[in-house]
Amino acid sequence: MRTHSRASHRLVGLVAVVVLGAGTVAGCAEDPPEPAAGVTSGGGTSGGGASGDVDGGSGGTTLTVGVFGAFGLKEAGLYDEYMKLHKDVVIRQTSIERNENYYPQLLTHLGSGSGLADIQAVEVNNIAEITATQAGKLVDLGRTEGVRKDGFLPWKWSQATTADGRTVGLGTDIGPGAICYRRDLFAKAGLPTDRTAVGKLWAGDWRKYLAAGKRYKAKAPKGTVFVDSASGVMAAITGGSEKRFYDAGGKVVYKTNPAVRGAWDTAAEFAREGLTGRLQQFTPAWDQGFANATFATVSCPAWMLGYIQDKAGAAGKGKWDVATAPRPSNWGGSFLTVPRAGKNTAAAARLVAWLTAPEQQAKLFERRGSFPSAPAAYDLPAVSEARHPYFGDAPTGRIFAGAAEGVPVQIVGPKDLIIAQNLADVGMLQVDQKGRSSEQGWDAAVKAIDNALDR
Amino acid sequence: MAGVARDATAAAPSEREDGTAAYPAPPGARGGDHGREGRDERERERRRRWHRRDLRWSPYAFVAPFFLFFAVFGLFPLLYTGWASLHRVELTSPDDMEWVGLGNFSRLLRDDFFWNALQNTVTIGLLSTVPQLLIALGIAQLLNYRLRGSMFFRVAVLTPYATSVAAATLVFVLLFGRDHGMINWGLGLAGFDAVDWQNGTWTSQLAVSTIVVWRWTGYNALIYLAAMQSIPHELYESAALDGASRRQQFLHVTLPSLRPTILFTCVVSTIGATQLFGEPLLFNGGAGATGGSDHQFQTLGLYLYEQGWVNLHLGRASAIAWSMFLILLIIGAVNWLVARRLRRSS
Repeated sequence: MRTHSRASHRLVGLVAVVVLGAGTVAGCAEDPPEPAAGVTSGGGTSGGGASGDVDGGSGGTTLTVGVFGAFGLKEAGLYDEYMKLHKDVVIRQTSIERNENYYPQLLTHLGSGSGLADIQAVEVNNIAEITATQAGKLVDLGRTEGVRKDGFLPWKWSQATTADGRTVGLGTDIGPGAICYRRDLFAKAGLPTDRTAVGKLWAGDWRKYLAAGKRYKAKAPKGTVFVDSASGVMAAITGGSEKRFYDAGGKVVYKTNPAVRGAWDTAAEFAREGLTGRLQQFTPAWDQGFANATFATVSCPAWMLGYIQDKAGAAGKGKWDVATAPRPSNWGGSFLTVPRAGKNTAAAARLVAWLTAPEQQAKLFERRGSFPSAPAAYDLPAVSEARHPYFGDAPTGRIFAGAAEGVPVQIVGPKDLIIAQNLADVGMLQVDQKGRSSEQGWDAAVKAIDNALDR
Repeated sequence: MAGVARDATAAAPSEREDGTAAYPAPPGARGGDHGREGRDERERERRRRWHRRDLRWSPYAFVAPFFLFFAVFGLFPLLYTGWASLHRVELTSPDDMEWVGLGNFSRLLRDDFFWNALQNTVTIGLLSTVPQLLIALGIAQLLNYRLRGSMFFRVAVLTPYATSVAAATLVFVLLFGRDHGMINWGLGLAGFDAVDWQNGTWTSQLAVSTIVVWRWTGYNALIYLAAMQSIPHELYESAALDGASRRQQFLHVTLPSLRPTILFTCVVSTIGATQLFGEPLLFNGGAGATGGSDHQFQTLGLYLYEQGWVNLHLGRASAIAWSMFLILLIIGAVNWLVARRLRRSS
């Protein structure tokens, strides 16, 4: 009897361990299997320049591509297409979820010349630093056969080109801006709902966007606000001026640049007037805001469409719409580079040239919503006639192409990411969420940026 | 270190040889003629030599893997970090080191963000360690009683420890959400105003501490439980005979016997608290290493990460790492003094 009960105790314990353990394992395994498998197959482990090894039997070439997040090239089926065209090439992708983890690792690998993929993606906020400090370790893609400077938007091309004319990265996509808005909430607040009329509401001036916000607030449906966050507004406005954080001579000028201060003041006014949802972008609370329809508008670069679609879900279909932004601006976008340490740099460069050609960029837009950086793609029907069913069949191709052509050649600097992040996540967030004054928020951001930039 | 390793590899085969060869021939079984005896004597002498070597060197062989790995992944990084902390090094070109002496350390003394992080680390450390150990003690006491399905509860309290920090923290971020969080929902039902957990200094530190407490209490409870079960039962019996209540037994029998264990958990929790990183990083909801808009829950570990991998100043990050190490050494020294006193007084 005694032994029996002890055995049953043990059994209970064992079952508990198995059940709870399985729960834990299942919890961990909920990450999408794709990138996880990718990371183990390449990422940090294969390392040692072995990434470009020759693929045994067929005698073909294996090319590895290192990207961050759901980059889209693989998801759009572009690798498969290339492998069909070139039977001797095998493409493998390794992905790290967040750029903030991906980028330091890329720098480390470039520094040591090992662990690199044949092709490495770079985000626009890092491209100036890469071009300024790592160009010697990257292949000049401007010389690759079939790559033409005028195939890309001039500013996109120049962002990845060194002072001595070496182009170390080719643009995949850009982030021309629009404003996404909830048609149902606009109707309840007595604002126009037609996307042309909505665009006219604030055409030409971000202050008009603010004015529309005040109109919305006067008759806002209960539990909703006009815009998600003050920092989103700030990012969109600063993305439209030629000079942002650096001047043409490479000096940090954000403190005295009227364009930055103007964007700051306008965004802070959104917070002061109580027009924002006091949310921080790309956090779970922000995602819940989409799901629960607590804000009526959001600054909307092309790549944001997919995000909204994911977070607002089926309930938001047909309720969200896209209107032109007050002024053209750019927010985000990426590049592909080829490290010289790779074994198949020539083959890798050919693949990059193909992936960034207008036809492929158009396919990427069609299938993933990433907007082409190759103007020739804008005339292809896949782009020019594109309409987005989720957003009430909005003519997204036309809207974003118009925004892209109006974006000035922006001066990028090596520490753009740090400055933008601290302005948004320290300074403006204090104004928006903690109710600090515009001056206090600005001072806090400047202090944090000074500390970060101080070598 | 290297010497130990060499001997270790040399000793390893001998041990196996000895183990398989020595046992079949029982000691004292002697052979026939003298010639054989001489050979046997030599053979035995050889085996005895191996046996002595085995006894002497095998322990080193068994611990060698740890020390080898420690040298590669612990000692070398420690020393290299110390070397890097004396230089200006950027992640954009890690080989390009410029000597600055103690410049990185003296800069930290003037760095408001460093002091803020240190202060946060201390308060979050206290807020998490003290309740954690108290609750663990209580749970251990309960689990020490005869309970139906005690094995189940023992395993259950350990589950938080087995969950990943990332998964747990993400759930807590949702629980502590301002607009749609379950805790604010509960507060609302009870008639209280919603709390902006993440933006308040105390509220955010309390929330981060909650995650730590949730994850580590069960682990400490099991350690206490193990120690409690090794307390001789006679002590309780005689205490009961003397008329001591359950509470008095706990205070005068259990607690004194647990003293070394409590000290151990204090040390381990303090080390954990000093290095706290994952919880505050993820509590920010994926918005980077700032530790909130006012750096209100940025710990030293988080500040180290921000300086090294966001701002790319590896030298300064190394200096922060060494400062943390020095802080731990100081805590360790204080702990040693306290332990010595305790031993003397008992």
